[in-house]
Amino acid sequence: MSGAEKITVRILVNGEAREALVEPRTLLVDFLRENLNLTGTHIGCDTTYCGACTVLLNGRTVKSCTLFAPMADGGEITTVEGLSSKDGALHPVQNAFAECHGLQCGYCTPGLLLSTVHLLSKVAKPTEKQIRKAIAGNTCRCTGYQNILKAIRMAAGEMEKR
Amino acid sequence: MYAHPFSYHRAQSLGEATKLLHQLGEEARVIAGGQSLIPLMKMRLARPSALIDINFVPGLAGIKSQDGEIRFGALARHADIEMSEDVAGIPILHDCAAGIADVQVRNQGTIGGSLAEADPSGDWGATLLTLETSVVCSGAEGERAVKLEEFFKDAYTTVLGREELVRDVIVKKPAKNSGGAYVAFKRSAPVYATASAAVQLTLDAKEHCKEARIVLGCVGLTAIRAKQAEAELQGKRIDERAAGRAAEAAREAAEPQSDMRGSAEYKRALVAALVKRAIGIALRRAGGERVEAGHEYVGR
Repeated sequence: MSGAEKITVRILVNGEAREALVEPRTLLVDFLRENLNLTGTHIGCDTTYCGACTVLLNGRTVKSCTLFAPMADGGEITTVEGLSSKDGALHPVQNAFAECHGLQCGYCTPGLLLSTVHLLSKVAKPTEKQIRKAIAGNTCRCTGYQNILKAIRMAAGEMEKR
Repeated sequence: MYAHPFSYHRAQSLGEATKLLHQLGEEARVIAGGQSLIPLMKMRLARPSALIDINFVPGLAGIKSQDGEIRFGALARHADIEMSEDVAGIPILHDCAAGIADVQVRNQGTIGGSLAEADPSGDWGATLLTLETSVVCSGAEGERAVKLEEFFKDAYTTVLGREELVRDVIVKKPAKNSGGAYVAFKRSAPVYATASAAVQLTLDAKEHCKEARIVLGCVGLTAIRAKQAEAELQGKRIDERAAGRAAEAAREAAEPQSDMRGSAEYKRALVAALVKRAIGIALRRAGGERVEAGHEYVGR
């Protein structure tokens, strides 16, 4: 199939220049998981609903199942693997989720962490309404969300102290 | 899920995009944010042979306010519109932008893409039809401005020629004594609305309704202008009873289909309730009050 001619996609992922030769129809999430072996980004619904595949593209959250990899070419991506520091210390948002038991099975967690990081990068002291709106595109089937909300409130407080 | 294979072409300018549309033939499609097109491609409901990516065209994402109008570049993302200070003065635009799907989709989806896609459940069509809106289309022959009323032809169908694409969306700022509201009901944040109502009211010095625009979303092949509902308000002082009559007329004007989001009968009832609510909010805003409105869903 001539239409499937592969192209090189280059992306700065978690601060590292990465590239791979892929079919244009490769979804960003598959590029991360299959080509770069960064399996922290999950595929949940695969239909732009659940947000398990959320990553930061140039500082903004996107659903990586709803982007073809070439569209992110030349961009900067942060996945859950890029949140902790090099010495392994957890990001304050990760810490807060652990402290508040903001997860059970953990499948939705990478997406929720990045949605929280995005929210707190825009609003230092989010209101309850802003928090709820910020995670409306992230589905969790375990927790009932209460501990997630608690974790986000705690993360906001912790990050403000820094 | 994987889309059908396609070749990928990056346009550096609108002129190049037009040329590529010409060269690549009928099965080529333009992609902007991709938040409608990519899901359709993954489900194989769309199978373009080639994609022309316009995301890298410089200068196409701006939001400019001048001479009584706001000009949105085709690539202005819903999130940019939500945050725009120029848009804050036209609450109905903020209602719409701030509630489309969820944060992730708003960060990526574009106003130009939404109009060009002409999804019957799209939010921008209904919202912008309450204002004086024109769509600047760019093609090999040059540019032309099309009134939004004439832009939509049918579900997923616009007047855009095969080698034409949206360049700008121009919205005339409403008068000072005018207020609008967009109220949409959806089952959860990431999905399309079940039904929506867009209302823009302009009052005269005696606070009578000088002009009313009422547009219904998700309940027809395109957004529906409810002219009888407008007539129920025009020239009158808008009270509970007038709003109720307009809501009833809107219920009649809706052409919903039963589907997974609800029965046709349910959607008609929903439309009536949303129109009544939107009239109330638009009226208060026309009087200078600050009122929150937008998409409504459980857990909000």
